[in-house]
Amino acid sequence: MLDKIDRALIQATQAGLPLTTQPYHTLAEQLGICAEEVIQRLQTMLDSGIIRRIGVVPNHYALGYQANGMTVWDVESEHVDELGTQIGALDFVSHCYQRPRHLPEWSFNLFAMVHGKSRSEVEHKMEQIAVLLGTHCHQYQILYSSRILKKSGLRLI
Amino acid sequence: MDDNDRALINYLQGGFPLCERPYQVVAERLGLNETEVIERLQNLLEQKILTRFGPMYHAEKLGGGLTLAALKVSFDRFDEITTIVNAFPEVAHNYQREHEFNMWFVLATETQQRITEVIAEIEQQTGLKVYNMPKKREYFIGLQWEA
Repeated sequence: MLDKIDRALIQATQAGLPLTTQPYHTLAEQLGICAEEVIQRLQTMLDSGIIRRIGVVPNHYALGYQANGMTVWDVESEHVDELGTQIGALDFVSHCYQRPRHLPEWSFNLFAMVHGKSRSEVEHKMEQIAVLLGTHCHQYQILYSSRILKKSGLRLI
Repeated sequence: MDDNDRALINYLQGGFPLCERPYQVVAERLGLNETEVIERLQNLLEQKILTRFGPMYHAEKLGGGLTLAALKVSFDRFDEITTIVNAFPEVAHNYQREHEFNMWFVLATETQQRITEVIAEIEQQTGLKVYNMPKKREYFIGLQWEA
Protein backbone atom coordinates (compact mmCIF):
# COMPACT_ATOMS: atom_id res chain seq x y z
CA MET A 1 0.00 0.00 0.00
CA LEU A 2 1.09 3.55 -0.70
CA ASP A 3 1.71 5.80 2.27
CA LYS A 4 1.92 9.58 2.49
CA ILE A 5 5.58 9.70 1.54
CA ASP A 6 5.00 7.51 -1.53
CA ARG A 7 2.22 9.82 -2.63
CA ALA A 8 4.45 12.87 -2.12
CA LEU A 9 7.17 11.12 -4.14
CA ILE A 10 4.72 10.37 -6.97
CA GLN A 11 3.57 13.97 -6.96
CA ALA A 12 7.15 15.20 -7.10
CA THR A 13 8.08 12.94 -10.03
CA GLN A 14 4.97 12.62 -12.20
CA ALA A 15 6.18 15.55 -14.33
CA GLY A 16 9.71 14.14 -14.50
CA LEU A 17 12.98 13.51 -12.68
CA PRO A 18 15.29 16.39 -11.70
CA LEU A 19 18.11 17.00 -14.16
CA THR A 20 20.74 17.34 -11.46
CA THR A 21 23.82 15.16 -10.98
CA GLN A 22 22.15 13.54 -7.96
CA PRO A 23 18.44 13.54 -8.85
CA TYR A 24 17.40 11.26 -5.98
CA HIS A 25 19.18 13.54 -3.51
CA THR A 26 17.35 16.51 -4.98
CA LEU A 27 14.05 14.72 -4.43
CA ALA A 28 15.12 13.67 -0.95
CA GLU A 29 15.73 17.27 0.02
CA GLN A 30 12.32 18.30 -1.29
CA LEU A 31 10.61 15.53 0.65
CA GLY A 32 12.64 15.73 3.84
CA ILE A 33 13.86 12.12 3.69
CA CYS A 34 17.23 10.64 2.74
CA ALA A 35 18.25 9.70 -0.81
CA GLU A 36 18.54 6.00 0.07
CA GLU A 37 14.88 6.04 1.04
CA VAL A 38 13.88 7.74 -2.24
CA ILE A 39 15.76 5.05 -4.19
CA GLN A 40 14.29 2.27 -2.10
CA ARG A 41 10.72 3.53 -2.45
CA LEU A 42 11.10 3.91 -6.23
CA GLN A 43 12.54 0.39 -6.41
CA THR A 44 9.59 -1.00 -4.42
CA MET A 45 7.12 0.70 -6.76
CA LEU A 46 9.00 -0.67 -9.78
CA ASP A 47 8.92 -4.18 -8.33
CA SER A 48 5.18 -3.99 -7.65
CA GLY A 49 4.39 -2.55 -11.09
CA ILE A 50 3.11 0.80 -9.79
CA ILE A 51 5.97 2.22 -11.83
CA ARG A 52 6.06 0.53 -15.24
CA ARG A 53 9.60 1.76 -15.90
CA ILE A 54 11.83 4.79 -15.44
CA GLY A 55 13.04 6.39 -18.64
CA VAL A 56 12.19 8.60 -21.58
CA VAL A 57 9.12 8.84 -23.79
CA PRO A 58 9.99 10.11 -27.25
CA ASN A 59 7.59 12.24 -29.23
CA HIS A 60 7.16 9.79 -32.08
CA TYR A 61 6.17 12.59 -34.49
CA ALA A 62 9.56 14.19 -33.88
CA LEU A 63 11.27 10.87 -34.69
CA GLY A 64 9.58 10.83 -38.09
CA TYR A 65 6.59 8.60 -37.29
CA GLN A 66 4.04 11.02 -38.77
CA ALA A 67 1.28 8.54 -39.53
CA ASN A 68 -0.51 7.14 -36.52
CA GLY A 69 -3.61 5.08 -36.92
CA MET A 70 -5.92 3.59 -34.34
CA THR A 71 -6.86 0.28 -35.93
CA VAL A 72 -10.01 -1.35 -34.58
CA TRP A 73 -11.02 -4.97 -35.10
CA ASP A 74 -14.19 -7.00 -34.62
CA VAL A 75 -12.72 -10.26 -33.34
CA GLU A 76 -14.64 -13.32 -32.18
CA SER A 77 -14.78 -13.07 -28.39
CA GLU A 78 -13.51 -16.58 -27.78
CA HIS A 79 -10.31 -15.84 -29.72
CA VAL A 80 -9.64 -12.25 -28.72
CA ASP A 81 -7.20 -12.96 -25.86
CA GLU A 82 -5.03 -15.30 -27.87
CA LEU A 83 -5.02 -13.05 -30.95
CA GLY A 84 -4.61 -9.84 -28.94
CA THR A 85 -1.42 -11.24 -27.43
CA GLN A 86 -0.07 -12.00 -30.90
CA ILE A 87 -0.94 -8.54 -32.23
CA GLY A 88 0.61 -6.88 -29.18
CA ALA A 89 3.87 -8.68 -29.92
CA LEU A 90 4.21 -7.11 -33.39
CA ASP A 91 7.05 -4.61 -33.54
CA PHE A 92 4.95 -1.80 -35.02
CA VAL A 93 2.10 -1.90 -32.47
CA SER A 94 2.60 0.46 -29.52
CA HIS A 95 -0.57 -0.35 -27.56
CA CYS A 96 -3.05 -3.18 -27.85
CA TYR A 97 -6.22 -3.42 -25.81
CA GLN A 98 -9.47 -5.30 -25.65
CA ARG A 99 -12.39 -2.87 -25.18
CA PRO A 100 -16.17 -3.32 -24.96
CA ARG A 101 -18.42 -3.26 -28.02
CA HIS A 102 -21.40 -0.89 -28.20
CA LEU A 103 -23.75 -2.76 -30.48
CA PRO A 104 -25.12 -2.01 -32.97
CA GLU A 105 -23.13 1.20 -33.56
CA TRP A 106 -19.69 -0.02 -32.52
CA SER A 107 -18.76 -3.65 -33.04
CA PHE A 108 -14.97 -3.41 -32.60
CA ASN A 109 -13.47 -5.06 -29.51
CA LEU A 110 -9.73 -5.04 -30.24
CA PHE A 111 -7.71 -1.81 -30.57
CA ALA A 112 -4.14 -1.60 -31.83
CA MET A 113 -2.19 1.63 -32.34
CA VAL A 114 -0.08 1.36 -35.49
CA HIS A 115 2.64 3.84 -36.36
CA GLY A 116 4.59 4.51 -39.50
CA LYS A 117 6.31 7.16 -41.53
CA SER A 118 3.43 7.37 -44.01
CA ARG A 119 -0.22 6.33 -44.25
CA SER A 120 0.61 3.72 -46.86
CA GLU A 121 3.15 2.19 -44.46
CA VAL A 122 0.50 2.13 -41.69
CA GLU A 123 -2.02 0.53 -44.03
CA HIS A 124 0.50 -2.07 -45.14
CA LYS A 125 1.03 -2.96 -41.46
CA MET A 126 -2.73 -3.08 -40.92
CA GLU A 127 -2.92 -5.68 -43.71
CA GLN A 128 -0.38 -7.79 -41.82
CA ILE A 129 -2.64 -7.72 -38.78
CA ALA A 130 -5.62 -8.64 -40.96
CA VAL A 131 -3.76 -11.69 -42.26
CA LEU A 132 -2.85 -12.72 -38.73
CA LEU A 133 -6.46 -12.44 -37.53
CA GLY A 134 -7.81 -14.27 -40.58
CA THR A 135 -11.41 -15.42 -40.41
CA HIS A 136 -11.66 -14.73 -36.66
CA CYS A 137 -11.99 -11.04 -37.55
CA HIS A 138 -15.26 -10.00 -39.18
CA GLN A 139 -14.50 -6.36 -40.00
CA TYR A 140 -11.92 -3.70 -39.29
CA GLN A 141 -11.25 -0.01 -39.74
CA ILE A 142 -8.53 2.54 -39.22
CA LEU A 143 -9.10 5.89 -37.53
CA TYR A 144 -6.45 8.52 -38.18
CA SER A 145 -6.18 11.45 -35.84
CA SER A 146 -6.70 14.71 -37.67
CA ARG A 147 -6.17 17.12 -34.76
CA ILE A 148 -5.03 17.07 -31.16
CA LEU A 149 -7.78 18.90 -29.28
CA LYS A 150 -6.15 18.59 -25.87
CA LYS A 151 -3.04 16.97 -24.49
CA SER A 152 -2.07 17.42 -20.88
CA GLY A 153 -0.07 15.11 -18.71
CA LEU A 154 -2.00 12.61 -16.62
CA ARG A 155 -2.45 14.03 -13.16
CA LEU A 156 -2.36 10.87 -11.14
CA ILE A 157 -2.58 12.10 -7.59
CA MET B 1 19.64 15.57 -33.04
CA ASP B 2 22.94 13.73 -33.57
CA ASP B 3 24.02 10.12 -33.13
CA ASN B 4 24.71 10.60 -29.41
CA ASP B 5 21.17 11.95 -28.91
CA ARG B 6 19.79 8.94 -30.75
CA ALA B 7 21.86 6.56 -28.67
CA LEU B 8 20.65 8.29 -25.50
CA ILE B 9 16.97 8.11 -26.55
CA ASN B 10 17.28 4.45 -27.49
CA TYR B 11 19.12 3.56 -24.31
CA LEU B 12 16.83 5.44 -21.93
CA GLN B 13 13.67 3.82 -23.26
CA GLY B 14 14.91 0.68 -21.57
CA GLY B 15 15.37 2.08 -18.08
CA PHE B 16 17.25 4.48 -15.85
CA PRO B 17 19.48 3.48 -12.93
CA LEU B 18 18.47 3.88 -9.29
CA CYS B 19 21.78 4.88 -7.72
CA GLU B 20 23.77 7.81 -6.37
CA ARG B 21 24.91 9.21 -9.74
CA PRO B 22 22.59 7.73 -12.39
CA TYR B 23 23.56 10.16 -15.17
CA GLN B 24 27.18 9.18 -14.62
CA VAL B 25 26.28 5.50 -15.05
CA VAL B 26 24.40 6.26 -18.29
CA ALA B 27 27.30 8.41 -19.50
CA GLU B 28 29.80 5.60 -18.96
CA ARG B 29 27.62 3.17 -20.90
CA LEU B 30 27.39 5.50 -23.87
CA GLY B 31 30.93 6.88 -23.79
CA LEU B 32 29.77 10.40 -22.87
CA ASN B 33 30.32 12.47 -19.76
CA GLU B 34 27.78 13.14 -17.03
CA THR B 35 27.25 16.84 -17.77
CA GLU B 36 26.76 16.09 -21.43
CA VAL B 37 24.05 13.51 -20.69
CA ILE B 38 22.16 15.99 -18.52
CA GLU B 39 22.49 18.78 -21.09
CA ARG B 40 21.39 16.56 -23.93
CA LEU B 41 18.34 15.41 -21.99
CA GLN B 42 17.46 19.00 -21.14
CA ASN B 43 17.77 19.93 -24.78
CA LEU B 44 15.69 17.03 -26.08
CA LEU B 45 12.95 17.88 -23.59
CA GLU B 46 13.01 21.58 -24.51
CA GLN B 47 12.83 20.74 -28.21
CA LYS B 48 9.96 18.38 -27.41
CA ILE B 49 11.73 15.45 -29.06
CA LEU B 50 11.13 13.80 -25.70
CA THR B 51 7.71 14.27 -24.11
CA ARG B 52 8.74 12.89 -20.72
CA PHE B 53 11.65 11.71 -18.67
CA GLY B 54 11.04 10.00 -15.35
CA PRO B 55 8.99 7.21 -13.75
CA MET B 56 5.98 6.00 -15.78
CA TYR B 57 3.25 5.35 -13.29
CA HIS B 58 0.53 2.74 -13.75
CA ALA B 59 -2.63 4.83 -13.28
CA GLU B 60 -4.99 2.01 -12.30
CA LYS B 61 -2.58 0.58 -9.76
CA LEU B 62 -2.61 3.96 -8.04
CA GLY B 63 -6.32 3.49 -7.48
CA GLY B 64 -7.48 5.99 -10.05
CA GLY B 65 -9.81 5.57 -12.98
CA LEU B 66 -8.73 5.59 -16.61
CA THR B 67 -10.85 5.18 -19.69
CA LEU B 68 -11.13 5.94 -23.39
CA ALA B 69 -14.44 7.40 -24.54
CA ALA B 70 -15.85 8.51 -27.87
CA LEU B 71 -18.49 10.91 -29.14
CA LYS B 72 -20.24 11.32 -32.48
CA VAL B 73 -20.28 15.07 -32.99
CA SER B 74 -21.97 16.89 -35.86
CA PHE B 75 -19.80 19.25 -37.86
CA ASP B 76 -21.65 22.41 -36.81
CA ARG B 77 -21.33 21.62 -33.09
CA PHE B 78 -17.72 20.43 -33.13
CA ASP B 79 -16.09 23.53 -31.59
CA GLU B 80 -18.82 23.92 -28.98
CA ILE B 81 -18.51 20.28 -27.89
CA THR B 82 -14.69 20.51 -27.85
CA THR B 83 -14.93 23.43 -25.42
CA ILE B 84 -17.31 21.56 -23.12
CA VAL B 85 -15.24 18.35 -23.08
CA ASN B 86 -11.85 20.03 -22.72
CA ALA B 87 -13.08 22.10 -19.77
CA PHE B 88 -13.07 18.96 -17.60
CA PRO B 89 -9.69 18.70 -15.85
CA GLU B 90 -10.19 14.91 -15.91
CA VAL B 91 -9.89 14.95 -19.73
CA ALA B 92 -6.18 14.25 -20.23
CA HIS B 93 -6.10 13.88 -24.02
CA ASN B 94 -8.66 14.61 -26.69
CA TYR B 95 -8.23 13.78 -30.38
CA GLN B 96 -10.30 14.49 -33.42
CA ARG B 97 -10.39 11.41 -35.67
CA GLU B 98 -11.57 10.86 -39.22
CA HIS B 99 -14.64 8.74 -38.52
CA GLU B 100 -18.31 8.95 -37.61
CA PHE B 101 -17.02 8.57 -34.03
CA ASN B 102 -14.93 11.70 -34.43
CA MET B 103 -13.99 12.75 -30.90
CA TRP B 104 -11.92 10.44 -28.68
CA PHE B 105 -10.78 11.40 -25.23
CA VAL B 106 -8.98 9.83 -22.30
CA LEU B 107 -10.38 10.39 -18.82
CA ALA B 108 -8.01 10.08 -15.85
CA THR B 109 -9.65 10.46 -12.47
CA GLU B 110 -8.60 10.09 -8.86
CA THR B 111 -11.26 7.48 -8.21
CA GLN B 112 -13.03 4.90 -10.34
CA GLN B 113 -16.39 6.36 -9.27
CA ARG B 114 -15.48 9.74 -10.74
CA ILE B 115 -15.35 8.22 -14.27
CA THR B 116 -19.08 7.52 -14.14
CA GLU B 117 -19.81 10.99 -12.84
CA VAL B 118 -17.75 12.81 -15.48
CA ILE B 119 -19.37 10.77 -18.25
CA ALA B 120 -22.83 11.64 -16.92
CA GLU B 121 -21.88 15.32 -16.72
CA ILE B 122 -20.55 15.35 -20.29
CA GLU B 123 -23.72 13.65 -21.54
CA GLN B 124 -25.86 16.16 -19.70
CA GLN B 125 -23.94 19.22 -20.90
CA THR B 126 -23.65 18.08 -24.53
CA GLY B 127 -26.87 16.15 -24.96
CA LEU B 128 -24.78 13.46 -26.68
CA LYS B 129 -24.25 9.81 -25.82
CA VAL B 130 -20.76 9.06 -24.51
CA TYR B 131 -19.45 5.68 -25.66
CA ASN B 132 -17.32 4.52 -22.76
CA MET B 133 -14.64 2.03 -23.78
CA PRO B 134 -12.53 1.17 -20.75
CA LYS B 135 -9.89 -1.44 -21.44
CA LYS B 136 -10.92 -4.96 -20.53
CA ARG B 137 -7.51 -6.46 -21.19
CA GLU B 138 -4.12 -4.99 -21.98
CA TYR B 139 -2.08 -7.09 -24.40
CA PHE B 140 0.87 -4.80 -24.81
CA ILE B 141 2.03 -1.32 -23.96
CA GLY B 142 5.37 0.35 -24.41
CA LEU B 143 6.90 -0.13 -27.81
CA GLN B 144 10.45 1.17 -27.95
CA TRP B 145 11.01 3.66 -30.74
CA GLU B 146 14.13 3.50 -32.82
CA ALA B 147 15.47 7.07 -32.85
